[in-house]
Amino acid sequence: MRKDLAQRLVRLGPFVGLLLVVAFFALASGAPERYLSGNNLRVVLAQTVIVAVGAIGMTLIIVGGGIDLSVGSVIALTGVLCALGLRDGWPPSLAVLAAVLLGGVVGLVNALAITRLRVVPFIATLGMLGVARGAAKWLASQTTVDTPPTWVNELAVTFPPVPWMVFAPAVWIALALAVLMAFVLRRTVFGRRVFALGSSEPAARACGIAIDRLKLAIYGTAGLLFGLAGVVQMSRLRQGDPTVANGTELDVIAAVVIGGGSLNGGEGSILGSMVGALVMAFLRNGSQQMGWPTYVQEILIGVIIVVAVAVDRWRHAQGDGE
Amino acid sequence: MTVALRLDGIVHRFGATVALAGASLEARAGEVHALLGENGAGKTTLLGILGGLLVPEAGTMEVDGARYAPRSPRDARDRGIALIHQELSLFPHLSVAENILMGAEPSRRGLWDRPEARRRTREVLSGFGHPEIDPDAVVGRLPIGARQVVEICRAIAARARVLLMDEPTSSLPRGDVDRLFATIARLRAAGVAVVYISHFLEETRAVASEFTVLRDGRTMGTGSLDSVTNEQLISLMVGRTVGQLFPRRESHPSDEVALDVEGLVAPGLKEVSFTLRRGEVLGVFGLMGSGRTEMVHALFGLSRPEAGRVGIRARPRPLHAPPADRLADGVGYLSEDRKGEGLALPLSLADNVTMTRFSSCSRHGVLDLAAQQRQAVERAAALQVRMRHPGQPARTLSGGNQQKVAFARLVHQEADVLLLDEPTRGVDVGSKAQIYEAVASAASKGKGVLMVSSYLPELLGVCDRLAVMSRGRLGPARPVGDWTPETVLEAAIGS
Repeated sequence: MRKDLAQRLVRLGPFVGLLLVVAFFALASGAPERYLSGNNLRVVLAQTVIVAVGAIGMTLIIVGGGIDLSVGSVIALTGVLCALGLRDGWPPSLAVLAAVLLGGVVGLVNALAITRLRVVPFIATLGMLGVARGAAKWLASQTTVDTPPTWVNELAVTFPPVPWMVFAPAVWIALALAVLMAFVLRRTVFGRRVFALGSSEPAARACGIAIDRLKLAIYGTAGLLFGLAGVVQMSRLRQGDPTVANGTELDVIAAVVIGGGSLNGGEGSILGSMVGALVMAFLRNGSQQMGWPTYVQEILIGVIIVVAVAVDRWRHAQGDGE
Repeated sequence: MTVALRLDGIVHRFGATVALAGASLEARAGEVHALLGENGAGKTTLLGILGGLLVPEAGTMEVDGARYAPRSPRDARDRGIALIHQELSLFPHLSVAENILMGAEPSRRGLWDRPEARRRTREVLSGFGHPEIDPDAVVGRLPIGARQVVEICRAIAARARVLLMDEPTSSLPRGDVDRLFATIARLRAAGVAVVYISHFLEETRAVASEFTVLRDGRTMGTGSLDSVTNEQLISLMVGRTVGQLFPRRESHPSDEVALDVEGLVAPGLKEVSFTLRRGEVLGVFGLMGSGRTEMVHALFGLSRPEAGRVGIRARPRPLHAPPADRLADGVGYLSEDRKGEGLALPLSLADNVTMTRFSSCSRHGVLDLAAQQRQAVERAAALQVRMRHPGQPARTLSGGNQQKVAFARLVHQEADVLLLDEPTRGVDVGSKAQIYEAVASAASKGKGVLMVSSYLPELLGVCDRLAVMSRGRLGPARPVGDWTPETVLEAAIGS
């Protein structure tokens, strides 16, 4: 019975981790009412929305047995494109759409390198990390691109323009996309094929699944989300910055992994990844409030990633009865 | 009955190795057709071609009288061909229903229709006599027998016209074998053609009516199973003459024991006992899945034995010892998996040869590269390895030369007990002869050689004594002159 209870607790691993982090900082800060206040929650959510949107796409890729290291560069590239469009007087919706589509195109290029050139995803997207970053700097002429005030700039503000929204519009968009993607992964034929691909690619091929097309769909869809993350990033800065989001891909991957995603494929969930993103956001926010230097946050997040995966491995060992 | 499947003159090569050299097969609708042959005869390659995993270089195929040339497993599936693999190919993370229906999912506008999936899965599972398997259970947590049931049910659910089964009973308990046969009978009644591979003639006769024998990639005979005896089938499968491939050697094993194994039980092994003397070559014949590789792994410390006693050079040694300890005791191991386990392909020939005994060419942990190369050249030359330079990566050598390098390592190691697992797999005839020569020479120097193989002629040509492995048990070792190919195969497939 005790083992049962322990197993159940571990299954809820990411949630328990989130509760522990929140509880720790609520107590340690000495002012739980401030740390747990609605205002602080808005700050945390607004800070995490970029990583969360990226993690939705990354969950799709990692469940399918792949990886994408180019997320940070794609965020910079698409943010710059959106800012350029706004500066040149495009309708804001067109600038946003163009940025999102560009993200999708980059994802398709990654998938083509993986399926046509037979380059492993790690290398294909490592290459794209450089290409997209360079393209962002080129497009932006190596400087930041200022934007005129439009509704795009209000997307990710901590305190939304319309009070009844409570949270930033981007937070609601991320939430809606998370629910949608969770549904797609769990309930659609496409979603189950993504799991099948990550679980065993040879078996998926033997089942007659068109592997290459599926990979194009996975990286393309994830790319659209990375493009959206780029728009949110631009909106937060109110300018297109080609050097922004350096290393964000690692935060995004960490969110998926803390949430139970396996880099071997076949495992992961949107809910877990969202909790993973929140764990890191609350940790950062708490550390800031405690006045800890940023290196403490970095060390803590590093430790949490390893512990989360170790707990996950342990859980598997229990579940398989070995 | 109409012809469901016709293959004619199929040719396929893997690099320089000819796997199929004109294989033909004809199976009618509603017939179970046994595909027989020794290991390496080309059976699995032929099924791979039928299943769309491999594209043949020549030959024609027809399904239901229409040309059939699959470019992918998807084409095969669309034409009603389903393949049940020798190794399980399942999705461990997904549910039973998802495994069975993957690729042909019930859906409404792209949504996975769960109630319908459950219903269809239950229907297939109970039709197969396994209503107790939960369609929602995660496959990775099922016992191995249940997993194979899932794999077979996947083919049933695909409503295949032609079902290809590659040793489907290898991991099934007896009760499930009977259920499988009952299912095959129902499929046959429904007009499905089944091509069935099994090493066990008794089982083959129970399920199949027609047969085709492959040998060296060619069809050697075909007909009704009722019209032939087991002896006739076996001679069709073996039917090779042993020429001058094998060295003349005088067998004089000493009384000294090199390796003594008593009651060894390990994963995949039920009972293994034998005594190997110095100066002796003891052959072990076993088909795929008989436990032959598991035995060598257990002896060399690559798996954990559960019971038994092991003595090396007449001294009792721990039952489980890591490979490093076995090496220190003078045991050498040649893997059947040359590319994965046998050689470090990117490393140089010199590194590969000297790897298990760097002490011969190093001082205080620092390699003397000149000495290393000199020693490697010497060992390689003794085995007539064709090379340009000892610094050349092992990857750049041909298969036969790679295998000779792997063997040269054992010679360099100066091992007293040689465990050879399929020492000539995928090797050209010339290199084979040189490896046999090396085996004979090792024995004449007083080494004990255990030679595990599924290639019978080499065992009969090289060994002093021979024992047969079948279903995890090693039979008694008898002088090689007491065996004939027929008696060996009979012992291996237990008729």
